[in-house]
Amino acid sequence: MSRSRLYLTAFSTIVIKEVDRFTRIWVQTILPPAISMALYFLIFGNLIGTRIGEMQGFSYVKYIAPGLIMMSIINNSYANVVSSFFGAKFQKHIEEMLVAPIPNFIILLGYIVGGVARGMLVGLVVTLVALFFTKLHIHSYTIVIAVVILTSILFSLGGFINAVFARKFDDISIIPTFILTPLIYLGGVFYSINLLPEFWQVASKLNPILYMVNTFRYGVLGVSDINIGYAFFIISVFIMILFVFSLYLLHTGKGIRS
Amino acid sequence: MKALRISKLEKTYANGLHALKGINLEVAQGDFFALLGPNGAGKSTTIGIITTLVKKTGGKVFVYDYDLDKDVVEAKSMIGIVPQEINFSQFETCMEIVLNQAGYYGIRRRKAYERAEKYLTQLGLWKKRNDTSRTLSGGLKRRLMIARALIHEPRLLILDEPTAGVDVELRRSMWQFLREINRQGTTILLTTHYLEEAECLCRNIAIIDHGQIIEHSSMKSLLGKLHIERFVLDLDSPLKTLPVIDGFNLYKVEEDDAIIEVEISRGQNLNDLFSMLSDRGINVISMRNKSNRLEELFVRLLDKDTREKV
Repeated sequence: MSRSRLYLTAFSTIVIKEVDRFTRIWVQTILPPAISMALYFLIFGNLIGTRIGEMQGFSYVKYIAPGLIMMSIINNSYANVVSSFFGAKFQKHIEEMLVAPIPNFIILLGYIVGGVARGMLVGLVVTLVALFFTKLHIHSYTIVIAVVILTSILFSLGGFINAVFARKFDDISIIPTFILTPLIYLGGVFYSINLLPEFWQVASKLNPILYMVNTFRYGVLGVSDINIGYAFFIISVFIMILFVFSLYLLHTGKGIRS
Repeated sequence: MKALRISKLEKTYANGLHALKGINLEVAQGDFFALLGPNGAGKSTTIGIITTLVKKTGGKVFVYDYDLDKDVVEAKSMIGIVPQEINFSQFETCMEIVLNQAGYYGIRRRKAYERAEKYLTQLGLWKKRNDTSRTLSGGLKRRLMIARALIHEPRLLILDEPTAGVDVELRRSMWQFLREINRQGTTILLTTHYLEEAECLCRNIAIIDHGQIIEHSSMKSLLGKLHIERFVLDLDSPLKTLPVIDGFNLYKVEEDDAIIEVEISRGQNLNDLFSMLSDRGINVISMRNKSNRLEELFVRLLDKDTREKV
């Protein structure tokens, strides 16, 4: 058997297993973001948004729609990998992969694609929910697709690293609760950073999520607080750093080999 | 070519535990090999290193001449492992578990289905193929782990206490199955706490204690080293006093006057004992080994005071 066939079959097996996993438990994985985003659109978009008025030339509900879609993509790509990989560690069935002749990068890619698949599926569902509340005309499909894929790759890697270090179930909720959620909320989902005082505008630019939200908003609405090229550069750099670090963790066997 | 060659294998854990102290081990192709030792002796560490779940500190491992450090893909493809603990997803069905495992070894779905049908049927799991694994009984979970380990048809099958907690009937049927796949050419490395199992199944044996191999030979020659065996004799009537018979050490069993025990050294003839007992009007109606022969040896080998006398 050729190496390429072995790797391709192993990779597709991990991806199928991951997609099977999150679709089997769709009530826990797909439905909740759809419901919570519907509430966001209803409360912040329709009820409060009508009193806020326009933002950068768009109704408030339309302005926050890309941010809310991106928030779902980030949360779900992260959650998929962190829960799946930690669950595999916890139940020890990660050993099925570790004893098999699969190189580390294939294991990592399999989990990433699983996270991207869930992120994109949830993003699509939330977009459909958003269309009940506002019309969305895509400004650039290329930018939208590129930033969705890159962002979900980045947060899948984040989830993977979290899962490697986690020792108990509490550990997989600490990062999403205390780091990810504040960064998302302060990452320009609900407002333009141009509304902030200068100091906080600069501070906001240290938040990587700002670049993803704004790039996606640019792809959908054509408006952004930051330079899109620079945003893609930042996202790509983060992906490379986290990818190399994840491979290093797998290579050293951190948390999975004695 | 050896199925497994281990040379100067060392493992020191992060907590300082020196689990393996430079062990050497060889398992011939087609062998049914027992690796025995008390808890904490280093068996699971050795198996962990062979399967790459444990990182070695020193030494070399070759699987069918493939160096586990350099030819890791080839070496791992040769190995199937049935671990001590249940380690499959509790939420997947039996079929999903074996199909996924096949996929990890590069076996495409169509072929994987064929093999899954073959092994799940052979192990009595075909009717349960669509049941989630958590609904299986303990014995069926063990069988599922064997089916999973065989799905890529490994040349070296490692069984780490495969029959722990399994009832006698199921254990015997698993022995039958393992004998059959060994007969078909699969080399088997077995660790077990049931010494009767090792004696029954294995042709060669190594005993590990405190991270060192203290015995490595064929089962036959090892059992031949046993100088003294203790037998239990059931008598037709109770004895008031224990008879004295030249050359034989007899012992009374406190709970029952109709049972005595006797130590027989190599070279002593049981017929002599029976005739002398018969002369004294003592009739033996049945006889059995006090303990399994391998168990007797195992205990003696692990006891430093008696090791030299074995």
